[in-house]
Amino acid sequence: MAIVDIFLLEALLNGVLLGGVLALLSLGLNLIFGVIDVVWICYAELIMLGMYGMYFLYTVYHAPIVAAAAVCIVAVAVLGVLLHVLVIAPLLGAAPINQLLATGGVLFFLQSAATVLFGIEFKNLGLRLPVLKVAGMFVSYSRLLAFAAALIGMVLVYLFLTRTYTGTAIRAIAQDRQIMPLMGVDSRRIYLITSALGGGLAGLAACLLVLQYDVHPFVGLSFGPITFLICVLGSLGNFVGGFVAAFVFAEIIALGGLYLDLEWGYVFAFAFFIVMMFVRPEGLMARRS
Amino acid sequence: MLTLSSVHAGYGSFPALFDVSLEVRQGEAVGVIGPNGAGKTTLMRVVSGLLRPSGGTIVMEGVDLARTASHRIVELGIAHVPESRRLFPRMTVEDNLKMGGFTPAARPGFRQRLAVVYELFPRLAERREQLAGSMSGGEQQMCAIGRALMSEPKLLLLDEPSAGLAPVIVEQLFELVKRLRAGGLTVLIVEQNVQQVLRVVDRAYVLKTGRIRAAGAAAELLASGTIRDAYLGV
Amino acid sequence: MTRSLRWLGAAALVGLPFVYTAPYPMHILIIILIWSFAYTSWSIMGRFGLVSLGHGGFMGIGAYVTALAWNYGHVSPWIGAPLGLLAGGLLAVVVAYPCFRFRIIGHYFALVTLALSGIVLQVITATRDYTGGSLGYTPERYKNGSSLYAVQFTGKTTWYLIALGVWAFGLYIWHRVDRGMLRYALEAISEDEDGAAATGVHVTREKLKVTVLSAAMTALAGALYCQYQMFISPDTVSGIAVSLQMVFAVVVGGIYVPLGPTVGAVITIMLAEVLRVSFGTRAVGWDNLVYGILLVIFIIFLPKGILGSLLALRRARRGAAAGE
Ligand SMILES: Nc1ncnc2c1ncn2[C@@H]1O[C@H](COP(=O)(O)OP(=O)(O)OP(=O)(O)O)[C@@H](O)[C@H]1O
Ligand SMILES: [Mg+2]
Repeated sequence: MAIVDIFLLEALLNGVLLGGVLALLSLGLNLIFGVIDVVWICYAELIMLGMYGMYFLYTVYHAPIVAAAAVCIVAVAVLGVLLHVLVIAPLLGAAPINQLLATGGVLFFLQSAATVLFGIEFKNLGLRLPVLKVAGMFVSYSRLLAFAAALIGMVLVYLFLTRTYTGTAIRAIAQDRQIMPLMGVDSRRIYLITSALGGGLAGLAACLLVLQYDVHPFVGLSFGPITFLICVLGSLGNFVGGFVAAFVFAEIIALGGLYLDLEWGYVFAFAFFIVMMFVRPEGLMARRS
Repeated sequence: MLTLSSVHAGYGSFPALFDVSLEVRQGEAVGVIGPNGAGKTTLMRVVSGLLRPSGGTIVMEGVDLARTASHRIVELGIAHVPESRRLFPRMTVEDNLKMGGFTPAARPGFRQRLAVVYELFPRLAERREQLAGSMSGGEQQMCAIGRALMSEPKLLLLDEPSAGLAPVIVEQLFELVKRLRAGGLTVLIVEQNVQQVLRVVDRAYVLKTGRIRAAGAAAELLASGTIRDAYLGV
Repeated sequence: MTRSLRWLGAAALVGLPFVYTAPYPMHILIIILIWSFAYTSWSIMGRFGLVSLGHGGFMGIGAYVTALAWNYGHVSPWIGAPLGLLAGGLLAVVVAYPCFRFRIIGHYFALVTLALSGIVLQVITATRDYTGGSLGYTPERYKNGSSLYAVQFTGKTTWYLIALGVWAFGLYIWHRVDRGMLRYALEAISEDEDGAAATGVHVTREKLKVTVLSAAMTALAGALYCQYQMFISPDTVSGIAVSLQMVFAVVVGGIYVPLGPTVGAVITIMLAEVLRVSFGTRAVGWDNLVYGILLVIFIIFLPKGILGSLLALRRARRGAAAGE
């Protein structure tokens, strides 16, 4: 009996730790949706590329891990900007379905580009971080690290959004797009900055996820749906809601994964999502498209 | 200061302004009046760059506005308080004001301007941390004007500032416009409250179905039957 | 004139397998017909602005329920497929009802349904003890291979005619929806939900009707696909990729025209096939890579779809001619 309790506590703790990373994921997607009013369906695939970046820099080319992470974050941020300039910007005035599809096309493209370039084998960093033993529970160092880094990343984004002019403009543009010129804000510039920020967050998430998960061309499919659900539940474009939803989902996944397979965790999360829509629809109605 | 010469503008293929010429001189208060759908808002939007004219020229102190990127027009000293206020409802009053002072030129003087605006509207100072969308209509209008003043404009465009406000508040509002003028600000104001606005402005233009139908000193317009004719549709 | 042309076309389609029987082109034709039916099913709701990215999930359910019922319960697909339809329809209700009720529309709806198709794939993978997981699944052969009871046929001609019939059935449903009251309600809703509600349209119910119809039809496509291919895997009948592929094909063909999804199926499947054959097995992934790029380019430069653009062009020509 006591053993089960320890496992349960351990799973709960791991859920909290996973929640940090999921919150980071949904924050990036939320920012982009709130500001540009476009959903990057291929968001998780950017993360996948970032994970490959870490794998190659650290494991294959033996770069110091912190430098590798920095390069990855910047590289994915650049990818975000490229995505915006090449795909989103030409479609800003187009029907939403076309925007969704175009980023869906990018998803196909990135998955198969990864398949072509890196093959379909699972790769991992081969980094063995110690496991901490706290009060009888085993907590992997990599998860703690990921949690801490995710929190720090989010605090930095929060400070950026609240303390700087550009950050304030990013929040403002999500509320009233049309009058931004009256404030002297060049929306195109804000879009670029947001895309870079969203990409950078994906890059950071990649660095953290690769500590715990193997990377393969389709790894995005494991993170994508859950990130979308978190964003919808927290109401897209609403940062606080996304944050809370991320932790709830992470707990469900962790507990579901404890008793069954990880996939069941996702299934429970989805079921929970449906139930939540009945119970607390106002959480979803804060902002409608 | 601001000169519009035969400006044409519209939405898609729908024309909303025909051959509009108008002038605002330094230190003046100028009114634009006219019935609903006359194109008053369109006129303001064309000046502040939210809408691009399809013909004619708009010149602010020698700069051609049609050739200026719309987000650069604020930097020339034009601040636009849009119709129905358009605050950022889920941001605090102070963040709204911060957005008003977004331009690089306005940033160093942010604290000073903020003090000026709070002095002008003590209510805003009390409510600096409140979400703008949760304030009363009158407070929101103050916030919208305050936001525009944050960019330290030379020319203030006001689009129906009195809409939806109680008579007492409207009274205060027009007092405020007088004070702003006395402080050296040039004002272009669109209003439905014809009688009241004509007591505040020096001159006014009457706009109807996208054309200027009459113009003149405020007192003259008040006295003549031009306005009644314009509204009754002769 | 157009009417007789239509009959001529129908006759040609039905007569085709009796004069031409080369297996590979026949196979491609059958696949095109099955997917055309699936794409048509998607557009039945998609053309009213209800952009679902969950249809991969419904298709997967139709396919897997049919196959599992056969293998484990020895239930004939004549019953198994309707079970699949029922399951697909039920899932559609469970997911779509709260969405519609609480006004989750546009991007939000797309994302919820997108997650749905991802989750269905996860479930199929997670229940690998029964479904074979990502390795795929094969319904058991019945006796000698061809049987009406098991809906298993070895001849391509039979399959061609079945697929043709189902495809025509899909067009017929489109036609019925087009002529019915549902269409007016849905058009009003897609213009302005509040306005439609104010004029007495039961928004949630009407949307739900079309969604369930569309989901059940898609499940049928899944069942059909399963019976024809005699092999299904989560990646080919479910998941985000299949959902996106549906929407893409419809946009390519043209969303508002009855034959648009079919045109889209012809183009996208031929394209995928050409890419697959020309890259062959030596270059895994290259076909999808080119496919993805073409998709993006297509959306940017031909947003109305091929049939839609052609029709718009014709209209513009006529307009110009009338103007002269
Ligand atoms: N975004 C738009 N798209 C299309 N037409 C518009 C748009 N905005 C305004 N119009 C049209 O342009 C014309 C002028 O509108 P405008 O808003 O300038 O009038 P107004 O004088 O400000 O009216 P009100 O007193 O009601 O505010 C109207 O016929 C209106 O229908
Ligand atoms: Mg107006």
